[in-house]
This record gives sequence, C-alpha cells and structure tokens, in this order.
Amino acid sequence: MNDIAIRVENLGKLYRIGQTVGYKTLRESLMWVATTPLRRLRSTSHDPSAMSHQPNTIWALKDVSFEVKRGEAVGIIGRNGSGKTTLLKILSRITAPTEGYAEIHGRIGSLLEVGTGFHPELTGRENIYLNGAVIGMKKAEVERKFDEIVAFAEIEKFLDTPVKRYSSGMYVRLAFSVAAHLEPDILLVDEVLAVGDAQFQKKCLGKMGAEAQRGRTVLFVSHNMAAVQALCHTGIVLNSGRIDTVGPIGEAIHHYQDSLRRIETLSAGIQGVQVLAIGISTTSDALHFRPDKPLIAEMDFYTEYYLRNCYLNFVIEDAEGRYLVHFRTDLLGIYPTFERGLHRVRVEIPRLGLRAGIYTVWFRLYASNGEITEMADSERIMLEVSGPQVGGLVDVPCHWSWMPVEISSTRTPFPLG
Amino acid sequence: MPINLRELWAYRDLLYFFTWRDIKVRYKQTLLGFAWAIIQPLFMMIVFSLFFGTLAKIPSENIPYPLFSYAGVLPWTLFAEGLTRSSNSLVQDANLLQKVYFPRLLMPISGILSPVVDFAIAFVVLIGLMLYYGYYPGVMMFLILPFFILELMLATGVGLWLSAINVEYRDVRYAIPFLIQLWLFASPVVYPVTFVPERFQAAYGLINPMAGIIEGFRWAILGTKPPSYLLIASVAIILVVLISGAFYFRRREKAFADVV
Repeated sequence: MNDIAIRVENLGKLYRIGQTVGYKTLRESLMWVATTPLRRLRSTSHDPSAMSHQPNTIWALKDVSFEVKRGEAVGIIGRNGSGKTTLLKILSRITAPTEGYAEIHGRIGSLLEVGTGFHPELTGRENIYLNGAVIGMKKAEVERKFDEIVAFAEIEKFLDTPVKRYSSGMYVRLAFSVAAHLEPDILLVDEVLAVGDAQFQKKCLGKMGAEAQRGRTVLFVSHNMAAVQALCHTGIVLNSGRIDTVGPIGEAIHHYQDSLRRIETLSAGIQGVQVLAIGISTTSDALHFRPDKPLIAEMDFYTEYYLRNCYLNFVIEDAEGRYLVHFRTDLLGIYPTFERGLHRVRVEIPRLGLRAGIYTVWFRLYASNGEITEMADSERIMLEVSGPQVGGLVDVPCHWSWMPVEISSTRTPFPLG
Repeated sequence: MPINLRELWAYRDLLYFFTWRDIKVRYKQTLLGFAWAIIQPLFMMIVFSLFFGTLAKIPSENIPYPLFSYAGVLPWTLFAEGLTRSSNSLVQDANLLQKVYFPRLLMPISGILSPVVDFAIAFVVLIGLMLYYGYYPGVMMFLILPFFILELMLATGVGLWLSAINVEYRDVRYAIPFLIQLWLFASPVVYPVTFVPERFQAAYGLINPMAGIIEGFRWAILGTKPPSYLLIASVAIILVVLISGAFYFRRREKAFADVV
C-alpha cells in the first residue's frame, strides 16, 4: 500500500461543449430556468449519466484506472484532445472529476504551464517569490533556493528588471527554473519542454532526469517521443479519453505511433468522391525521410462526376497540430478539373526542409458547383523525419561567406537608402 | 465546517504574496503613486462637504462637517475597495485558476486585505483633520479595531458571494460599481444615523450592516453617540453573510476552473 503514489479509479470527466461553454450572463440562466423548470430539476440531481445524455457534452476522460508506484516515471502519450491535460488537471486538483476518484500520496507539484502567476510589472526577483508561492513553496524555501534558481535561469543581470521587459527566452528560463526547484514527491509535467531554445531544453531534460533518478515520481506529458523515451519507464497511451495501452515505454510509444497511421478521415466528403489512398515517398521510393531529401506525396481518388473549379491543399502538421506546410493551389490560381474516373494528385517538395521529428501529412480536395463548396480529406498519415536532433523547426537552404573589409570603409553592411 | 482551516494555514505564505502583489502592482507606473490613497477619500470628503455640508446643510451631530464625513468616508472606502477587488479577484486571475491548485479562498481574501494599506495611509489624513479642528486622538481610538474587523468580515462575506457568482455570471462585474454607489448613499456616510427614526434603527442595521460599522467608527474617533441595537442587528447579519458566503463559495469552487 505504501509504495503507491497515485491510484486512479474509473476516472471520468464530462465537459459541456459548444455555446454553453464558459460563462453565461444572468439573463440567459434566468431565461433557462424560467422556460424549463423541469430540466433544471433534473440537471441539479448529481447524476452524471443524466447530464451525459444532454447534447453538447463530451467525455474528456472515461473509465480511466491506473496505478503509479512511488519513484516511477510515467509518460502519458496521445493525440491532441485525447485527455492528457484533463488527467493532469484532475490529479493536481485544479478541476474535479465527474465520476471516479484519484488518490494521491505525497506532495504534488505540477508544471502545467510555466510562468503562471508571473506578473509583468514585477521584477524577476519579486516574481521568483510570487511564482514560488503560487506553485506551493514556502517563503523560506524560496529564500533557501533563491541563488540556485537565479543561476539555473541565467538571469543574474536582470533580477531587478520588470519581467515585462524580458525576452521570451529569459521569461521561460526563469519560469522553468522556479518550477524546477519545487521539490514535490510527485511531479506532473505537461509539455513544458516545448519552449525555450534547444540548449535550455536539454538542460531542463537533464534536470528532470535527475529528479526521476533521485526516486521522485514523475508523470510526463509530451509530444516529444524522444524525451518521453529518455525519461520514463512506463507509458500510458490515451485515446479519446480512454486508456488504450499501459506498458513499458518502448511498447507504448510503438503502439501510439502505429495508431497514428490509422487515423480516421474526418470530413463529410464530397458527393460521389472517394479518396482511395495517400502515400509518401522520397527519392527512389526509400522510406527514409531526411531534412535534405525530397518529399513526394500522392493521393488517389475516384469521382463519379465531372468536377469543376477544384483546388487542392497539402498540409504537413507537427505533433501539436501546427501547420508547418500548407500548400494551396487556389493561391497559385490553379483550379484543376477532373473527369469522371480515377485520378492521382502528386505534390513534390525538392528538399523537405523539416527538422527531425514526427509529423502528420494529408491532402484536402475542394470542389465547388458555383454555390456550395465541398471538401474531401485524405487519410492522415505519419511522416517520420530522421536526422540530427537540433533546434529550430525548419531547415531552409542558406549560404555563408566571409571576406576582409577595410577599416576606412565605415559603411554598414547593406546600407539603408 | 465550510473552510479547511488547516489547509488555509498551510498556504498562508501564498496569501501574503497575493496581497503583497496587489499592493505592489496597484500604483505601478502612476505618477502620484500612493498619494492616490489619500486623493480619493480626500476629494470625496471635499465634494460631500460642499454639497451636503454647506449647501444642503445636513446636520453632523455638532462636529465640523468635513471631519464628520471623512470619518465615514474612511471606512467606506476600505469596504468599497475591498468589495470590488475581491469580487473580481477570481475572474482576473482566471489563468491561475486553470493552471495551479491552491485554496481558491485566498484570492477573494487577498482582495479584502490589500486595501488595508490604502486605509492606513488615508488614516494619517484623518489625524491631521482632527488636529486641525481641535480634536485630540485618545485611547478611545483603539476602539475602532473591533469595527475594523467587523468591516473586513462583512466585506469578505459579500466578496465570497460575489466573486463566486462572478465566475459564472459576468453581470457581477457591471453591477458592482452601481451597487457600491447605491450602498454608499444607503449608509450613514454623508448623514448621521439619527436621520433614521429610532424605531427603525434595528431594521436599518439589519438591512445595511455598514450602518453599524460606520457608526462605530465615528463613535470611536469623534465620540458621537455610541451605537445601540443597530450594531447588534448589524453584527448578526454580518455573521449570516459571512457563513453563508463561505458555504456558497465551497459549493461552487470545484467548478471554477471549468466555468471561468
């Protein structure tokens, strides 16, 4: 019993979505009560299943049960919207579960987003105290670790400058540094490593690794599979709010990446059009994608009708859903037409230019009959780019050169005007 | 017990830092800084003295009207400021509510505590006014302490109600300035409590607990008529508001992060 740090039993969280999300005005609520007194009665009864039958609700988490042993480092992986953040929010008591319960043994510290509680008008020094207290440190504790925090963040010179004058890099470094010096029994981390430059990310990873080594329980949410693999021994894969797999980290990651390949197509589609396949390759059909190699993507579709005024999109998305590449033929003034039958669309990128990582690619076909525009999406497939792990998102071609310059010529490079 | 006192105690440092932040940030990037803590009540007093004292000739229990009204404006400003800040506290820091756990109660409470600094500064002006009009502060002055505490209790009670409602219904934000204005004229700030007939005094204290508090302040500062059952009625209603506020707050706080 004593070696359990977290026990989660049948956890479920129901959210209302759509227009009712967020705050309402008093009038709306009064109207609602006045018009439907019976419904009001029903929803105040504390039966979540009654609420779940209402439209516009979604289970962000459902039937989630697991245990984490003391000293274990667990990675939680899943796509956007799979419930990872909701789970951490429940564990850190920010929000209450709709059903089930979570048992936590020990002091919990969460890095759900670094820099919460920072006040822009206050100086770095003041914010260290404020933020430290916000995340659960005592004043004496902050005082004791103050020098360490400042040194880790590398902001000694700017301690007495208001943080609103900080660069975003300094801001993030300071925030992470405060958070990293909280010494909880259980550490919840959500994607904080997505910020900062590569060097600082490495430093943060090292710090967290050291914490895990020291026997601290760590729950780590990230899209960075390399980081998850390096830090955790166990993985929990979430899919649409439910647990998909629990197992050794290697297996869990493998399972997750596998599931990424079979993601359902999402759009309503175009009447009479069927997207049959999507494929990617690089030169000579090798499936080894590198930043400096070409990428060729193809989509096959069948149409029962003659399609006029079409245009095509091609998207490369990163793990957080950001569009890194978004090609649109309409922007180029290209509106192809397609006869009834089978077609293949092909897009070629001579040099991929993306850093090593896991991306998602897909096509979208728009067709317009003059009044309405419909669209059909291809399946989303995974693109894994390998190469050196370096900073930056993209790898565009560049050319370096240098030359001696005479001192007498005081002109600045590229003089303006 | 609607409040987890042990947890609140464990988080006392955070309460201190929230309050400290509010004080520190309040007059940042202003030219006059903490002088604003004096300017506001002072000008209120001047306007009141001009319109209600000189023009309308409202009686002031034989005390110079400026001193009489300032002794009312002082506790009133503390109350109004605390109420405004605590009611908006949760909404203002919505980001924190969604990202970190701490007892939510700390936010409205720090909203009540931070104006105490302004109160202390404005108090210096009161002493000046008293000396100017030949009233010498004595030991009686310490009697404002219980009224001061009662006032913070009332502000906390109302603040708990309004801050929790504000999370769900932003109407509160717009209603507060209006509510405070109405409440000011319903309180014995510009007029003496004797304006209300003797037999309605208890009812008055019940409806507006600020009446008993302001009356108490005046009594302790200027030696006016000591408060009577008006005060008892006020104390009773303050307890009701505070306890019910704590219960309401506790019932709502679990949903704050989802609704705000």
